[in-house]
Amino acid sequence: MTTYDSVLHPPAIIAELKKNNITHVVWLPDSETNFMYQLLNDEDSLDLVPVCREGETMAIAAGLWVGGKKPVVLIQNTGIFESGDSIRGLGLDINQPLVMLIGYRGWTRRGPTPDSAARYIEPILHTWGINCYLIETDDDADRISIACEEAERTQKPVGVLVGTEFGV
Amino acid sequence: MINNTDAVKLIDSKRTDSVIVPTMNANNVGFGLPSVTSNQDLDLPLSGAMGKASNLGLGIALAQPDRKVMVLDGDGSLLMNLGAMVTSANKAPTNFYHFLFNNKVYAVTGGQPIPGSECQDWEGMAKAAGYAAVFSYDNLEDFTTGIDEALAATGPVFIHLSIEPQIENTPVQFRQRSPRTVKMAFDEVPAALGVGSD
Repeated sequence: MTTYDSVLHPPAIIAELKKNNITHVVWLPDSETNFMYQLLNDEDSLDLVPVCREGETMAIAAGLWVGGKKPVVLIQNTGIFESGDSIRGLGLDINQPLVMLIGYRGWTRRGPTPDSAARYIEPILHTWGINCYLIETDDDADRISIACEEAERTQKPVGVLVGTEFGV
Repeated sequence: MINNTDAVKLIDSKRTDSVIVPTMNANNVGFGLPSVTSNQDLDLPLSGAMGKASNLGLGIALAQPDRKVMVLDGDGSLLMNLGAMVTSANKAPTNFYHFLFNNKVYAVTGGQPIPGSECQDWEGMAKAAGYAAVFSYDNLEDFTTGIDEALAATGPVFIHLSIEPQIENTPVQFRQRSPRTVKMAFDEVPAALGVGSD
């Protein structure tokens, strides 16, 4: 069994969200984010907005943004595929500076990748012209700040691919 | 049944400083015809991302809890995203008013029937989803009499309206476009809400 000394812990993500004054996390849980759920629930400065289907997240985030808040969405890569029309109509077409945290299901560090959810996600984002960053350890977490800055500067959605399961 | 424009005008007459999020048939969003509301600065029409109007309205309602948000949804639209009813009811914003313009057809694509349109129980679905209050009107007189009670109820409120179909059959690429685009609305509404003016 392969083990890694460096892992990604939910507190590192929460700290980045707080540092960037994020107000709401609009999300649908995936297998990589269960520990995150507990912490988000306990974090008073972040309001959790659960949805039934991932395409809802960009629309809710657009409303929050228009209303003066600063949301992120947190969904799995499979949910990005489902969300195409929302990303087009409520991300790209209205210039929403939205950071999308995306669980990178199937990511194998460029090894053999049998999971099509992993194979297609980066090409799909690039086709839309959406830049993305990869985070796999706590040391990578500050790429969320880079994404937040880029989203504001470019007035476009930016992806952050979460390429590992969270440690406890 | 209620005329589409009459319904929008009645809702608009009660809006005060509410944000209105219309989509497709409601307020002519899908027809490219002029808005019939009185304060476009606080209108946020949605013509892309079909089915997401109530999600957009939910976001505004959560961000602006002291201001009513009125979503003017369509039956075909909402059926594309039925889980949104549960999403809205779960967050339970007290300032959220979800009007359903039920005309039983896809009006902006030529009037094809909505699947199951003759047997849907929208009031039942809204109650089951968890809306705090549900109202239904099938004629303008009753709607005119009842709208104050509906808007006085604590949200999230679901208001079902039986609407006369108003069919548009011109292909999208040849259809008149509204001079106020969705992008323009997104650029203008924050200022009307006083967002970013601190």
